[in-house]
Amino acid sequence: MSAMGPDSLSFVVVMYVGAFGLLVIGAIGMVMSNHLFRMVLALVIAEAGANLLLVLSGWRDGALAPILGTHAADVPMVDPVPQVLVLTAIVIGVGVQALAVSVLLKIHRIYGTLDVRALRRHLELDICRDAGMAPEGSREAPAGERPLPPPIPVADALRTAATDQTGATS
Amino acid sequence: MRNLASLVFTAGLAFLLLVIAAQLGFGEPPMRVGGAILEQAPAEVGAANIVTAVLLGYRGIDTLGELSILFAAATATGLVLVRGRKDCGHGTSDPPGGFILRTGADLLFPLLLVVGFYIILHGHLTPGGGFQGGVILAAAFFVLVLARPGADGSGGTSHTAIAFIEGLAGAGFIAIGLWSLWDGGEFLAPLLGKGVMGELLSAGTLPLLSLAVGLKVGAELAGLMTQLAEQPAGPQHPHPQAEDRGS
Repeated sequence: MSAMGPDSLSFVVVMYVGAFGLLVIGAIGMVMSNHLFRMVLALVIAEAGANLLLVLSGWRDGALAPILGTHAADVPMVDPVPQVLVLTAIVIGVGVQALAVSVLLKIHRIYGTLDVRALRRHLELDICRDAGMAPEGSREAPAGERPLPPPIPVADALRTAATDQTGATS
Repeated sequence: MRNLASLVFTAGLAFLLLVIAAQLGFGEPPMRVGGAILEQAPAEVGAANIVTAVLLGYRGIDTLGELSILFAAATATGLVLVRGRKDCGHGTSDPPGGFILRTGADLLFPLLLVVGFYIILHGHLTPGGGFQGGVILAAAFFVLVLARPGADGSGGTSHTAIAFIEGLAGAGFIAIGLWSLWDGGEFLAPLLGKGVMGELLSAGTLPLLSLAVGLKVGAELAGLMTQLAEQPAGPQHPHPQAEDRGS
């Protein structure tokens, strides 16, 4: 970016607003969407915002790209270190996105949906089945039917525990 | 309620970011490390592109770490997806691309390869380098995969080739680092003399490291994309309870 004179301040303000805006939009998307693939897309947006912010942190007023031989030797150049960080972060971001998408493919193949609420129901059913109990048998089941099933009276529970104990000792 | 909590959270995040922004000096970064690098890099490394000098010279071991992160991501993707590939074979895949797409892909493939290698090999002179050129190489292979889904081209045989190139490039990067260690310098310190700045054969081992990074990134990403592209579209083994518990 070449020298922009008095316009450069408004330029950098616009760029910072864009970077923060992308970060916040990505965060909103990740928190508020109910679809796993949209969460990944929101992560991509937030990542773009973070990369833009990093590059901007090395920006200098009126400085040129840090490549020698393309301009006079005494022209100021921007900070090269954030550019290197972003350079690798973009490629690693692609790798991480591919990993996320592969996990989504696996989820979609097993459960047939990527909706978070449906997935939560399926996962609860799976957990209950693995634990060997009825789906709504637990009082602490988060999405159980209302009204709740009546709790086991304490006296009954104690009596069964006592009979178990005597049976074990005798 | 959940939306309200999310809005409060994001408002707090935006407020924190604005507080940080208020303390930033717009357009005047401190540049303690960057300024020193800008002063010393031309004499020490001899690369015209100072970003590449930082990437492969001053922060070479960080670049090795980032390559290993990429390798870990590719390996994890293979681990996640390998079961499905064994289950469903090559049965259901996308429809063929059609004549125009195939011809366009055949035309694009050599051009993308040339551009990718150009950007990799001129990484120490012009904007570009191993990471950018590697992504373009991966794009060249992915164009082929998109145009001919299924059995053609990059099917089963190229997986071994991709893995071989990937391993060779990673080993080459480490071998150059060990060479400079054996030569009395630090790990990954540039060797072979600086040459004349601005020529293709300059900046010592940086072009070799750049080539290794480019091949490794290209092979990793091409492997990732072919693995993703080989996946069948819909759910193959629906969960036993997925149907009867609909929604």
